[in-house]
This record gives sequence, C-alpha cells and structure tokens, in this order.
Amino acid sequence: MNRRAFLSVTALTAVPVLLAQDSSRTQDSAVTGAADPLRDPGSIGQLRAVTTPLDNAEDIKAIERRLKCTCGCNLDIFTCRTTDFTCTYSPALHKEIVDLYTGGKREEDIVAAFVTKYGESILLAPKAAGFNLLGYLLPSALVLVAGTVLGLVLLRRHRDRLLAAAPAGAASAPSAGLELSPEQRAQLDRAMGEIEQ
Amino acid sequence: MTLLGQFALWAALFLGLYAAVLAFVPSLRNRPDTQLVVERTTYAIALALWVAAVSLWKAIFNHDFNVEYVASYTSRNLPTYYLFSAFWAGQKGSLLFWAVVLSTFGAVAQAATSRRYRPLLSVVGGVTSSVVAFFLSVMLLSGSGNPFGRLAFVPPDGNGLNPQLQNPGMVIHPPMLYLGYISITIPFAFAIAALLTRRLDVGWIVAIRRWTLLSWLFLSIGITLGMWWAYVELGWGGYWAWDPVENASLLPWLTMSAFLHSVMIQEKRGMLKRWNLGLIIASFLLSIFGTFITRSGVIASVHSFTQSNIGYFFVGFLALAGAVSFALLYLRWPELEPEGQLDSLASREAAFLFNNLILVGIAFSVLWGTLFPILSEAVRDTKITVGPPFFNRVNVPLGLALLALTGIGPLIAWRQTSAANLRRQFTAPLTTGLVTAAILLAAGMRDFYATMALALGGFVLGTVVQEFVRGTRARQRMHGENMLTALYRLIARNRRRYGGYLVHTAIITYFVGFAGMAFSVSKETTLRVGEKVQLKSPYGHTYTLTHLGISQYDALNRRVTAASLEVERDGKKVGVLKSEKRQHVDSFGNPTFQPSTEVGITSDLREDLYLVYAGSVDGTERSTFRITINPLVWWVWAAGVFLVIGGLITMWPSGWSPPIAPLSAAAPEERVQVIA
Repeated sequence: MNRRAFLSVTALTAVPVLLAQDSSRTQDSAVTGAADPLRDPGSIGQLRAVTTPLDNAEDIKAIERRLKCTCGCNLDIFTCRTTDFTCTYSPALHKEIVDLYTGGKREEDIVAAFVTKYGESILLAPKAAGFNLLGYLLPSALVLVAGTVLGLVLLRRHRDRLLAAAPAGAASAPSAGLELSPEQRAQLDRAMGEIEQ
Repeated sequence: MTLLGQFALWAALFLGLYAAVLAFVPSLRNRPDTQLVVERTTYAIALALWVAAVSLWKAIFNHDFNVEYVASYTSRNLPTYYLFSAFWAGQKGSLLFWAVVLSTFGAVAQAATSRRYRPLLSVVGGVTSSVVAFFLSVMLLSGSGNPFGRLAFVPPDGNGLNPQLQNPGMVIHPPMLYLGYISITIPFAFAIAALLTRRLDVGWIVAIRRWTLLSWLFLSIGITLGMWWAYVELGWGGYWAWDPVENASLLPWLTMSAFLHSVMIQEKRGMLKRWNLGLIIASFLLSIFGTFITRSGVIASVHSFTQSNIGYFFVGFLALAGAVSFALLYLRWPELEPEGQLDSLASREAAFLFNNLILVGIAFSVLWGTLFPILSEAVRDTKITVGPPFFNRVNVPLGLALLALTGIGPLIAWRQTSAANLRRQFTAPLTTGLVTAAILLAAGMRDFYATMALALGGFVLGTVVQEFVRGTRARQRMHGENMLTALYRLIARNRRRYGGYLVHTAIITYFVGFAGMAFSVSKETTLRVGEKVQLKSPYGHTYTLTHLGISQYDALNRRVTAASLEVERDGKKVGVLKSEKRQHVDSFGNPTFQPSTEVGITSDLREDLYLVYAGSVDGTERSTFRITINPLVWWVWAAGVFLVIGGLITMWPSGWSPPIAPLSAAAPEERVQVIA
C-alpha cells in the first residue's frame, strides 16, 4: 500500500464504521451438507451442541455479559462459553439462563435469581449501592476534588499576582508617545505568540 | 552445569549483599575507593547471574529432565525457539530472568553513566544490588524459587510448555514487560542515591532521562504485545480484559507517563521535585506490586503463576522498600523546596499538572478496582467481583479527560498564555474536533463514549498537525529550507518535543482502535460442510463464510484438527480462513494438555474477521463456530508501532546534559570526608 492509499484509508476509516453500526443482522443459509465422522474426535475436546437462535439472542448475551463464569476464569459467561471450550460450567450456566428466559423471566429477574443462588460475586461488576459506591465513586471524586483545589489555588495565585502587579503597572504606564497602532499591536501579539511557543 | 548455576546464584547473592553494605553504611560509602569496588561488584554479580542463566538454558536445551524446572516446562518435541522462551515460562525461571536482567541493567548503569554523576553511582549500585539480592533470596531461601532443583528420578520426557505459551508473541512479550518493570529500578536507584547523598538538583533527573524513557518504552511494547497475544491466542475476540495482571502492568506505565511529563516542569522551572521523586518511588513499588500480583495468588487472575509462599517475601519487600523510600523523602522534604511558582492556570505547567492528576487518578482507580474485592471481603465479609464493566465505567471518563489534555498541553505556553494566543492556538484543533464530531453524528453514531473518543482524537490530531506545520513553516522562513528538510531538522533538533507529539499521535490511534470495539458484532453458528453463514459488518459489508471441511493431521508436537472456511466479502472471494484445535502430545504421543484453540483472523485497516472453531457436533465434520467482526483493531497495533517510533526519536541522544551539583552542595559530612 502506498502512502497516498494509506492516508486515504486512515482519513476515511472512522466514518464508514458508523454507517451500519446497528445493522448487525445476520442470516443463515440452510444448505444441507456433509457431516462425515472425524478420524480422531477425541483430540478436539468436548463435543458441541447444535447452535440455537437463543445462543445468539442479544437479550441472552446481555445477561451473560453481566455474570461471571464460576469456573475460575474471571470471564463473563458469554465470553467463557464462546472461548474456553474445555469449560463445563459456562454451558451449564448458559442453559440455566436460557431456561429462565424461556420461562418468561427477563434480565433483571434472571440476574437477581443468579445473585440469590450464587452470591454477589457472580456479578461481573458489583451493584452501585451501599459500600460498593465507595468503589465506584472514590477515584473520580478524588480526581475531582484534587482538580478543583488545584484550579482554585492557581486562580488565586494568578489573581494575587495581578493585584500585586497593578500598582507597579500604573506607576510605569506608557506615555502617549509609546502608544501602538493596531497593526503594531497585532504584529507584537504574533511575535509574542511565537516566543511563547 | 546446574551445580555451577546454583553456585553462581549463591555467589551473586553474597556479592549483592556486600555491595549493599558498602553503599549504605555511611562510614564505608564515604571511603574514596568504595565507588570503584561497588562498580566492580555489580559487574561480578551480572557475570555470575549470566553463568546461572546459561546453565539453565543448557539444561533446557539438553533436555535434562532431572532438573524439575526443565521437566515441568519443556519436552523433547518442543520447538527450539520455545525451548529458549521456556526459560521464563515458569515462576522459578522468570525470577532468575528478573535477576539476570536487573544485574545487567545495574552493570550498564555503572558503565554507561557519565562520570559527572559518579558521586551517585555507589548508592545506585547498592540499590540495584539490593534488589537483585532480594530476588536471589526469594529463589534460594523461599523453598519454591530455585530453578536448579532436582527430582529424585529422571522422567523419560517433560510435561511440555503450556500451549497458550507456544506462540511467537510469548517469546517476546514477557521479556519486554519484564524489561520495562525491571528497568524502573535504575531511575529508582538514582532517586534514592540523590536523596541519600543530598544531591537533589536537576543532575539525577538528567542522568535517568534515558532510563525512564527506556523503561516506559519497554512497558509500552510489552503491554501492546500482551494485547496482541491475548487477541490472537486466547480466542475471546478482545485484547484487554482488565485482568489483575493486565492492570498490574498498566499501573507503573501510568505513573511513568506522569513522571515523563512532570519532570519537564522540574527541568524548566525547578518545581515538583517532591512529586517527581514520589512518582519514581511509586513506579518502582508498583512494578514490584505487579510481580507480587502474578505470584502470590492473593488475587485471582488467568495469568497467575501457581500460588506459593513467595508472595509473603514480596509483601515484606514492598513494605520495606516503601517505608525506607518514603522515610528518606520525608527526611529530605525541606531540601526539596520548589524554585518557582506556577504563575497561571493558562500555562503549560498547569496543563501538565492536570495531566499528572488524571494519570495518577487512573492509576489509583485501576489499583483501587484491583484491590476492592479484598477490601470488600474484609469490611463486609462479602466476596465481590470487579470486572470490565466496573473498570470501563470508572476509567473511560478519566481516559477521555486525559485525551483532551493531550491536545490542550502543547497548545499552551510555559508560564502563562495571553487570551489572543489561546484563540490563535486553539482555533484549528478545536475546529478539527468539532468537525469530526459533526461528521460522526451526521453519520448516525450515537455511542457517547466512542463519539467523544473520536472527536477528541480529531482535536489532538489537529494539535499535533498544527505543531508540525507551524514548526516546519518557521524553519522554512528562517533558514530557507525546503519542506522536507525543514521537517526533518525540526524533528532532529527538537527530538524530545516532536518525538513526544508522535507518541501523542500513537495515543490517539489507540483510542480510535478502542472506540472501534464498541461496534463489534459476533455470531455463533453450526455448519455442515458446504453450508454458508452470513454476517453483516459495521461498515455494511456482508461476509459469507462457507464451511469447506475439517482436516486432521499430526504436526511437530501436536495433533491438529483444522476447520477451513471460504470467506467472501460482498460476493468477492477474500480467501480461506482456518481455525484449529490443537492437542499437544509428548514425544511418546501421549496428550499433555487440554486441547487448545487457534483462531483464524483476516485483517485490514477497517475491520478484522475473527473465526473460532468451537468444536465438532457428534464427532463429525458438522461444526460450531464463533465468528466476530471487530472494527479498527489494526489501528491498535499500528499505534504500538507509532509509539515505538516516537519513543525512539525522543530517546535519541541530543549530546548535552548539565553537570551534577558540585560537592559544595553535598552533605556536610561528605565535604569533610573529601577534604580529609
């Protein structure tokens, strides 16, 4: 790829990503194909079940992404069941969620049922309530408080400096003969700007 | 040979303790020949540890399975390059790797540091030797760290290397991360030397400039390679999971990034001396904390080594190093008065201060989130999990604030800036950011954080481009150079500044890549041979994947089951994507680990198609797959390359550095010693 092509793609890359951001519709074709037995099925780990529409349901994925797999992997249930194919826990937890979902329960009910059954640690992020609020709010609160204090201190120093400079500035005010024309003022501003750089 | 290695470890331990005593006992430290003795001792330690390292590699390459470490992490049929990386595959080997690299850095610091900084070098040698001695004592005294331990028998073959570590990324990723962690010890050693010898002027800062950049660069490379390894090897379709070990690598990177900015204020204005010392000490302690996290088992992580008692050693060392360092800082507090004051809120110093605040704030929030489960259990007696949703919620706003400051900082002058200059400086970058946001909103983007990240990215890019354009034009006007010459000389003569801008460009690029993941789509499907599945990408492309079949064959040290799918994009053939199941075996054909998965990835600048072969249905070729489309992942890896280029430009020697303070500025007792 030449530089021109690279830069073109770079410049345009952020825009098209949005064009179909909510168009993740998928289709399966139903072509009947072969299913010959494998020579050595034992070397690929657990056998898999045929995928069902509920395995891809966004509602189910959303629930699974809030809950942690209990196998000790630190992953959410969806990620674990679609990644760690040696895990026996995540498929079972997935089935449990699907059963609750098909039984009429919805996201919050299912999450609550899991917390009741497995404890609060099943949640991938703790509820933002009670003691956990400390976890959520403390870092941002500290940054906000420190930032505010820093800003106030700097503003105060700036103000004090201006106040201290004011009498001296008044005493040494330029005479009429040193007044600058607008062009000279603009030129000086530009020069000062370059110096400040 | 392992006996020689064992002996070398003990020799290095005693030499390390000897150097520490020489450097820290005042009556010995002030003797005229101490610096030379400490210097030679650090060389001897490095030599001894290289002997130990070569001994371990020799045992590994000779398949000496009587050595427990060799039997645990290698096998006869392991490819040669993985025999090489097996050195750091386990806890014991990685501890030795730490010690070897640190002793080498310690020796290089002695040999390569300018003679102007000689008064600091004996303490520097003492600190590096003490840290090496700590690692050696963990290896030799903990009972679970000696890589030369022998079994009571000789197994016919070893266990082999974990399949997830049999990836080219794992040959290079851990060493890079270790190099980053370990090299922080050198700036820390200089900081302690400056505190102990009371040479607290800008000299020690100059002496460590390249070390801090080197350390930061290694950490950056290590973290990016770790992300790449997670993406191509672990198969979950992402590259960052806020795992405690990942967090541990981020912590010193954040504090080092803060230091690299705030040190400029100390160099230019003589301010933030205490803060900078605090940042260096914190970075070192966090690097040790990261090592503790991976080895203690206190916090559950997929990356953790087997739990062992060496966690207690690390806690003890962390507490001791922290107490001594901060006590020393407290004792020298009155001597670290700032030489100037911040003049204005609209100054680069203020922007850097806020940048430091955010960086340290993110570091705190990551540390806080990592440790919060322990706190919760202690306070409420309730186990909780702190996973990605928590970290994203807390850190993404802070990250965006940091991105904004990345653009604001370079636009503001040192000391103070006039309103007219602010207008002049901000107009173009702000316009770029606003136009970016408008385009994104017009295109239908509604994800707040992704929109903000890309719009702020536009703002920062506007800043960087403006800086390069103005600098180049100024050179063209002043020197009559053509554009390319002016650009080259602009960078060559201001490496730190313009290399830094390239690093900022890399940071934007990371954020663009991260924002792309907000639009990831995935689907699970089961296909018979010949069946097709379609998936629409966020760019609107339709991918059609056709199951071509499963093949099974034996490769070097594994049985491979490979699924091949033909990929078409919008009806045009792209190629064949292959994902594998690998059952690793020992040299007798016996399975060694659980089957692992190798993902198939086809990547371009816009998006990655990511294929995972989940397994077979009923032991037939009918198979289940997970297909994921991840936008803009390529940019994350590109960001890593930009960052390395920017970092190298920044590090390149510029030729001049100020001398260290004369001895008259040193401690009174030292002056007496010198006069005597």
